[in-house]
Amino acid sequence: MSVEATEPRADDGAPGDAAPLVEVEHLKVFFGIKQGILVEREVARVHAVNDVTFSVDEGETLGLVGESGCGKTTLSRAIMRLIDSTEGSLRFRGEDVTKAGRRQMQPLRREMQMVFQDPFASLNPRKRVGQIIGMPLRLHGSDRQGVEPQVRELLDKVGLHPEHVNRYPHEFSGGQRQRIGVARALALEPRLIVLDEPVSALDVSVQAQIINLLDDLQDQFKLTYLFVAHDLSVVRHVSDRIAVMYLGKLMEVSPAEELYTKPIHPYTSALLAAIPIPDPRENRRRERLVVSGEPPNPINPPSGCVFHPRCPRATQVCREEEPPLVRYPNGHLAACHHPLNVSDAEIRDAARDPSSPVSAGDSLPGTTADAA
Amino acid sequence: MGRFIVRRVIQMVLVMFAVSVLTFLIFNVIPNSDPAVRMSGRQASESTIEAIREEWGFNDSLPQQYITTMEKVITGDLKSQFTQLSVGKEIVKGLPRTFSLAIGAALLWMFVAICFGLYSAVKAGKFADRFLTIIALIGISMPVFWIGALANYYLGFKLGWFPNGGYVEFTEDPIDWFYHLILPWTVLAILFIGFYSRVLRSNVLDTINEDYVRTARAKGLGERQIMIRHVLRNSMIPIVTLWGLDFGAVLGGGAILTETVFDLQGVGQYTAEAIGQLDVPPVLAVTMFSAFFIVLLNAVVDILYAYLDPRIRLQ
Amino acid sequence: MADALLSVEDLRVSFATEEGVVEAVDGVSFDLAAGEVLAVVGESGSGKSVTAMTLMGLTRSPNARFEGTAQYKGTELIGASEDELRRVRGAEIAMIFQDPMTSLNPVQRIGKQIVEQIQEHEGLPDQQARERTVELLERVGIPRARERVDNYPHEFSGGMRQRVMIALALSCNPSVLIADEPTTALDVTIQAQILQRMRDLREETGAAVILVTHDLGVVADIADRIAVMYAGRIVEEGTLDQIFYDPQHPYTWGLLGSITRVDKPRPARLPAIAGLPPSLANRPQGCHFRPRCPHEFSECSKVPPLEAHVQGNPEHRDRCWLSVDEKLAKREVLPGEIGLASKEHAPA
Repeated sequence: MSVEATEPRADDGAPGDAAPLVEVEHLKVFFGIKQGILVEREVARVHAVNDVTFSVDEGETLGLVGESGCGKTTLSRAIMRLIDSTEGSLRFRGEDVTKAGRRQMQPLRREMQMVFQDPFASLNPRKRVGQIIGMPLRLHGSDRQGVEPQVRELLDKVGLHPEHVNRYPHEFSGGQRQRIGVARALALEPRLIVLDEPVSALDVSVQAQIINLLDDLQDQFKLTYLFVAHDLSVVRHVSDRIAVMYLGKLMEVSPAEELYTKPIHPYTSALLAAIPIPDPRENRRRERLVVSGEPPNPINPPSGCVFHPRCPRATQVCREEEPPLVRYPNGHLAACHHPLNVSDAEIRDAARDPSSPVSAGDSLPGTTADAA
Repeated sequence: MGRFIVRRVIQMVLVMFAVSVLTFLIFNVIPNSDPAVRMSGRQASESTIEAIREEWGFNDSLPQQYITTMEKVITGDLKSQFTQLSVGKEIVKGLPRTFSLAIGAALLWMFVAICFGLYSAVKAGKFADRFLTIIALIGISMPVFWIGALANYYLGFKLGWFPNGGYVEFTEDPIDWFYHLILPWTVLAILFIGFYSRVLRSNVLDTINEDYVRTARAKGLGERQIMIRHVLRNSMIPIVTLWGLDFGAVLGGGAILTETVFDLQGVGQYTAEAIGQLDVPPVLAVTMFSAFFIVLLNAVVDILYAYLDPRIRLQ
Repeated sequence: MADALLSVEDLRVSFATEEGVVEAVDGVSFDLAAGEVLAVVGESGSGKSVTAMTLMGLTRSPNARFEGTAQYKGTELIGASEDELRRVRGAEIAMIFQDPMTSLNPVQRIGKQIVEQIQEHEGLPDQQARERTVELLERVGIPRARERVDNYPHEFSGGMRQRVMIALALSCNPSVLIADEPTTALDVTIQAQILQRMRDLREETGAAVILVTHDLGVVADIADRIAVMYAGRIVEEGTLDQIFYDPQHPYTWGLLGSITRVDKPRPARLPAIAGLPPSLANRPQGCHFRPRCPHEFSECSKVPPLEAHVQGNPEHRDRCWLSVDEKLAKREVLPGEIGLASKEHAPA
């Protein structure tokens, strides 16, 4: 079953021979919408994560990108075992944790940590910085005296003054608070850190500082990152690979740089085109491709390819058949009947990837009668 | 909206059922002594007790007892064990009095509380606000039986400005009806005014800082329009819940003290007398009667809520 | 400028807070010509939003103090009475706010919220005001506008609510539109739609726009002129191309340098501005950017004036003591490229 793990990985500088730390297989997370007078029954289901398969290697950074409502946050919470999955399986370090309860997760918790988006809401305003960072250490058995030096060291590592250990969160700016959040996540020397939009709430000049810090810490502690973001501009600088999600499904998984030069899925291409380029001359030259419409309701996803109602290349087949994830060179996967930026030869050699959703059809690009 | 109301009404019936079962258990089962003995008073003869046992079916199974009891409550076929008067008729007699008191007082306290709360919020931190805060605190702190007795004694008895308690039917003389109720209304409203105006004040202060109020200002609306159209309606939403519960309680005879102090002879005063005499049938009936109004007003509040806040209708 | 529609002169806004007097806006002057798009760029705490909201009188409070003037078509805005301001708000100068999720009243139908503004300023009868509202909603790209006019805000997505906000702002044909981070809360594809719509509408209506934003990408897309703000002051002002291709202030260099770009190969490290913006209650003497500036020298303890330094470009002004030649030497310019980093700049 472990497909991603056994096949050769992208040679994009990521440590290719490492074993996967996180393996997600055909994972589904549905939320029931319940209604009723006495006994509630499920009247609809939100398909938040709908048959997603991928893995994250030790030491790698996987960027998980998508617009609001695409399921990226739900997926990252499911991986952290903060919410239960509906179907599929989840492995951490090879150990099946799909249905792991509190007791089984206890030893694993210290190996997976999370940094949240909002540096103002995610730190308890009544606790001193030392208590906030020291809490995970205390919970996992360090005594009071042992914690303080460790906290000071952590503060130093994330670029804060160790003397600030007795200050409260409100005495810090947004960027500094995010550093505190990072220090708290680092405290237990985790292997995996899930970064949920860690810089979205910060000013541009501070964003760059935090990104660089995360970069340094990864090298220093051999960390594995799952970096969740809502657009493609920030993830680029930290990611080895990037997965693009839309309406609960994976649209494209690619070595990071290749995604920017050679996006295969029209949705990825639309996401790239939508980012304004801070270069007026280039802007005037550039043909702007603006995707119309908005993401449909995940309670009732469209038939076939979920992106077809907004896709400029959509044809009959897109409405009828869900495209499988197709494997192109360099371990670049995309689920599209009418791929961009691939040669005829590449299409000929492409094959259905086993990580495709179960519900996807078998027809590969180029084999269908109607062309874009 | 129609479905929402239907759902809410069905819920209300279910809650009423639950309340009736609970009431039944509390009155007839939990005390763990012969209910017939308790119900027939202190010096009842053996035959009276037996007659009551027969009448209420205390020898039957519990479900059967429940049905018998509820039949009696709903049809009003209950008699006071002391006066032998029909409980149903007594309650019906008290209804217009209690309703007159409740409706008038509820309108009064809501209206005055809105004025005070809004004014206090607009003048937040200024003298007028501090003054109203103190007034509200005094209002909340004064017990009804005390302020009621005081008003009755000075304004009614000593100065003779108002009638010294009592009630006149609306159909008999509307002006006299109104005249008799001014003091009870005011006394009952004072407590609620203090409380409601404080809650409204803080709601208004929260709402004033909402982004959409800034939008309203950016549209060029005047302060008065902003307050009424954009601030007040949104601040009222939590108040409506409170109001429904309190109004329901007063309608169901909850204003026992006010009714008694002013001798209104409403359902509340009737309750007080029945409790004083340990007269079980009236107390049982009045308990169900009050529960009905609280549950009913709760449902009304939810429907009103859905009207005030369209986001609720979806759920 | 004689032909300026809006002319702001030495605007100062300070708030009394628990931590002392905060000078949020510290002597800001600019002109806005009819039909132009002026972008006010800065990070949080730069005073850009306070400046914009002060023009509408939306920052007025017992704790606020205002100095300076803002003339709109000969009307003074800063000292105006509430009644005078009300005639300007919504009718002459309209505003679009950042968060479309909270900027509309959740318990009123969207149509009613727009009709309310039209009737306030033009007193149209209900039916006419409603017709205009439907037209406006169609113009901003809301499908089935005639049905949706009676919907509540929560029945719209974020992007659609921002369109409603734009329709509301345009409803009385204002001459000036102030847009405070209008696309920040939106997804990228929706942001692109909104920006395109704003560009089209700007052509159609000819309204001048003050765009308040932190996003230089959005600015490059839509602005004619840019004012860069830092800690309450404008540190540089010029046309779009002047700021992007010949930036004069080291803060602008840093800002341009720290943007992530998707159309160019990625750098090994992101250039970042070291340090943090100063707290407004406790700003450094002289040039506010001094503690973070890699090129600080003795002169910087005095406040540099906002002056034109580049030969032949009188409208390109900046607050920096460095000479144009020194700047050229210290600034790193790659031909045909923007995204400047200063040469001496060490990453944080």
